Amino acid sequence: MMNDELKEPGRMKIYDENPSHEISKSLSGIEGFDQITRGGLPRGRVTLVTGGSGSGKTVFGLQTLVTGASLDEPGLFVAFEESSKKILANASSFEWPADKWEIVDAMPPPNAITIGEFDFEGMLAVLSVKLHAMKAQRIVFDSLDVLLHLLPGVLVRRREINRLHSWLSDHELTAVITAKLDWLEKATPMEDGALQYLPFIVDCVVALTHKVENGFSLRRVRIIKYRGSSFSENEAPFIIGPRGIEVATADRSISPLPTEKITTGLRQLDEMLYGGIMRGSTMMITGNPGTAKTTLSGAFAEAAANRGERTLYVAFDESGEEIVRNLTSVNIHLHEHLDSGILQMHSEYVGSGGAEEHFQHIKALVRRQRAICLVIDPFTAFSNAGSLTNSQAVAARLIRWVKSERITLICTSLPLAPEPEFSGTILKITTIADTWIYLSFSNGGERNRGLTIIKSRGTNHSNQTRELVLASSGLSLAAPYTADGKVLMGTMRWQKERAEDEERARLNLEYEHQHATIETEIDELEARVQTLKRNIATKQLEQSGRAEIENLRHRDEESRRADMIRLRQSDEVRSGKLAPLASTKRPLVEEDQT
Amino acid sequence: MSGISFILYTSGRLPNSVQAVANLEAMCLAHFPDHYRIEIVDLLQDPQRGLADGIMVTPTLVKLTPEPKQTIFGNLSDVFQVLRAIGWNGKAE
Repeated sequence: MMNDELKEPGRMKIYDENPSHEISKSLSGIEGFDQITRGGLPRGRVTLVTGGSGSGKTVFGLQTLVTGASLDEPGLFVAFEESSKKILANASSFEWPADKWEIVDAMPPPNAITIGEFDFEGMLAVLSVKLHAMKAQRIVFDSLDVLLHLLPGVLVRRREINRLHSWLSDHELTAVITAKLDWLEKATPMEDGALQYLPFIVDCVVALTHKVENGFSLRRVRIIKYRGSSFSENEAPFIIGPRGIEVATADRSISPLPTEKITTGLRQLDEMLYGGIMRGSTMMITGNPGTAKTTLSGAFAEAAANRGERTLYVAFDESGEEIVRNLTSVNIHLHEHLDSGILQMHSEYVGSGGAEEHFQHIKALVRRQRAICLVIDPFTAFSNAGSLTNSQAVAARLIRWVKSERITLICTSLPLAPEPEFSGTILKITTIADTWIYLSFSNGGERNRGLTIIKSRGTNHSNQTRELVLASSGLSLAAPYTADGKVLMGTMRWQKERAEDEERARLNLEYEHQHATIETEIDELEARVQTLKRNIATKQLEQSGRAEIENLRHRDEESRRADMIRLRQSDEVRSGKLAPLASTKRPLVEEDQT
Repeated sequence: MSGISFILYTSGRLPNSVQAVANLEAMCLAHFPDHYRIEIVDLLQDPQRGLADGIMVTPTLVKLTPEPKQTIFGNLSDVFQVLRAIGWNGKAE
């Protein structure tokens, strides 16, 4: 159980593992938390859970022990803040099996005071015995600040924090330490240097917050740090339900996901998405009023019903009848599917209940119909039902639920800002949605609808903005038309196309003109080449004529010279001056000398 | 005065525990030499007792009698503070 190196006194277990692979983890069993931490708590290390009172720290701790028990990792709960009786009562209010975890009462009496120094040595000795006896692998200290505040002075507190941390590391316990620390507020006088020091020495820090807004409770969890592991850095809403903490997350559950793609009801959009959207995924369509959000949703519903898939269409803005009637004008026919019962339309009225009620109602409807495709139009209606933050939490839970049921969800929403880059929806679910389609108007004296895929998880997708055309024959996307890096639509597109045609014609003419000019130039040059060639031939003839004459002259001269030599030789040979000549060159030299 | 009784939870020979024992004994001898009873529980020797009594911290002094029960953490370095905490008014001397 113990590592020899770690038994050395005063030596803390530090970040010594091979950094090339992620550290080993222990499942916390907290729904959603194991996903955002990519596997749970750091095994054999310390996790600090911070939060104000009532933020769910104790439940967090208890849940890790209950999970540990089910994984054959017994655990011990050290209660500083509440009596064991209260903790056990708290635990029994959840649907948890009660076994293999134990509790130690360590709550200081309310009137306890501190005179002089003390340390954790005794406590750790007692706990060691207990842990050994029950072969514990997990431990929870709830909440450590109660004990720390009894210690006199920051230095003593720090020393004891180090002592505790080193002891936990030596025992390789997967530990959860809870502490009342609010990251949102500045340190209060009570939160002295020692408490602020805690987050630095532990391997994982989790912050829980609990706020009440407009009478609605809203809880959030955030991972502040996690040594040696990647994690989701965003705040995630959570609830404390009958099974304990449930964190809303879009991360995949462990069961296999469908890999099949289904149509969006618009062929060209499917092409842009390289085959459609994943079954069981969530597609968010944002756009201003009139950008055809409902029309796109209707197209999806029709396509789903055509495949014979039970579909539920929840309308908040309009009645189902209105939607069906209006969609007929763009060749989307839902009547027959409504008659056959494959498709159900349901109108919810905003204000008829809180977001939670809408959620429960939709859930019930989906279950009753056993729908596998769901349209919520518009999803933003949730934000009008009760407080916004609560609606966000409910929206997140709805999406999580829909995903866990493998239901394909299409929802519409108004954007928050005119630019898609800044226009997360008011419910902040664009981060949870898998596919996000942004519908916009482009101006130029008229309104044309543009469609952009802002994101689509798990599928390749086109980055082009395309024009969404609503015609009596149905919906379609015009082929992308870009000019100078801009996508043009409607009249502007037509104008640009005309202008480009003219430009093309002009260029054609210019080309032909230039072509002709060059042709002429070539002809001229060729003619000159012919003339020059003739000249060359003449000159060559002239040259050969001259050569002939020269040759004749030369031969003539040679014969003359031969005669001359013959004549002279008779004299010179006689006088003994010169030997008779062997070559023809000598006589020329001789001739010069003479 | 029926006397005063304490339990002092310690951990072996650790400095704070040794100091607490010395400080407590000195205080008792000085202020109520004939009226006190001290039980020392070494949690290193008897951890089960700590679990049973819900005492985790050492040194911890618990004044059992006279009522009310009072818990004091620490090495009891300040005798007068301890006397004040256990409600001793000097009358038993």
